[in-house]
Amino acid sequence: MEGEEKKNKYSIIIPTYNERLNIALIVYLVFKYLPDVDFEIIIVDDGSPDGTQDIVKQLQQVYGEDRILLRARPKKLGLGTAYIHGLKHASGNFVVIMDADLSHHDKIEFRKQMETGASIVTGTRYVKGGGVHGWNLMRKLTSRGANVLAHTLLWPGVSDLTGSFRLYQKSVLEDVISSCVSKGYVFQMEMIVRASRKGYLIKEVPITFVDRVYGSSKLGGSEIVEYLKGLVYLLVTT
Amino acid sequence: MKHIVKILAVVVAISASWLGLLQTSIVSQDYTWLLPIYFIVSLGCYGLFMVGIGLMQFPTCPQEALLLQEDILEAKDFLKQRGVDVGSD
Repeated sequence: MEGEEKKNKYSIIIPTYNERLNIALIVYLVFKYLPDVDFEIIIVDDGSPDGTQDIVKQLQQVYGEDRILLRARPKKLGLGTAYIHGLKHASGNFVVIMDADLSHHDKIEFRKQMETGASIVTGTRYVKGGGVHGWNLMRKLTSRGANVLAHTLLWPGVSDLTGSFRLYQKSVLEDVISSCVSKGYVFQMEMIVRASRKGYLIKEVPITFVDRVYGSSKLGGSEIVEYLKGLVYLLVTT
Repeated sequence: MKHIVKILAVVVAISASWLGLLQTSIVSQDYTWLLPIYFIVSLGCYGLFMVGIGLMQFPTCPQEALLLQEDILEAKDFLKQRGVDVGSD
């Protein structure tokens, strides 16, 4: 198993916007918990006004510019295109997509991919071993409600459509991403639904999500409308 | 096959059997006319039930929160020593 891991390189794409504190933390955690894995971190920052890119440059001094790649963009251009942009610079044969505020840190995802040869390994917060912390009832209710609605309409084959951690085989990601057009986190959903429709082997692993330590959460009323529109779009086009 | 086609196929099948019931009067007519409403209400109840169960079973991870706090302190220490600005705002 160890020998196989050494042949694989993982490109970790982290889109950021005003994640000055979270990015330092997540980079530290990745290096701490993946000591014997060949990886690179590609940070796609959309011109954060809070100086996220300065922090990234400082991190590059610590960890090396070959391990931390800063591929910034001039302004907020959306999650989907951030992934596409990051993908262009990815030199690994596996691509990991994660949020800068993710608290989860485990090598389980990589091992699961090894064991099953899955095309995609996606994190789910809804199964035993996974979970959340620091969520109030309203937030859990919204999350579950959205999830049940999406399941009833889309029959997606995964339990968590908007989880913030996914591991893809690079070729699979390239194939799926080319047919996705949604914005924001609906894009995440579109990717997994399209992958499911295309018949790719998708495995789930539990992930934990501790409420954002720093920074503000980006969920609001208009997001709910966007979500519903996204569901209808996915219902009709996938 | 697109997903929507699958869903429409299911809807058509259900509608056809409902119309069939209306035509052949196996079940009393008054009852049959109300079936679609019963169906939709059941669907709604099922949805609410699933949300409720999901809510009750929502896994939590307080131990992870603790680990995270420790990691944060560790990270701040490590990075500060190496010139990364990790002050809080």
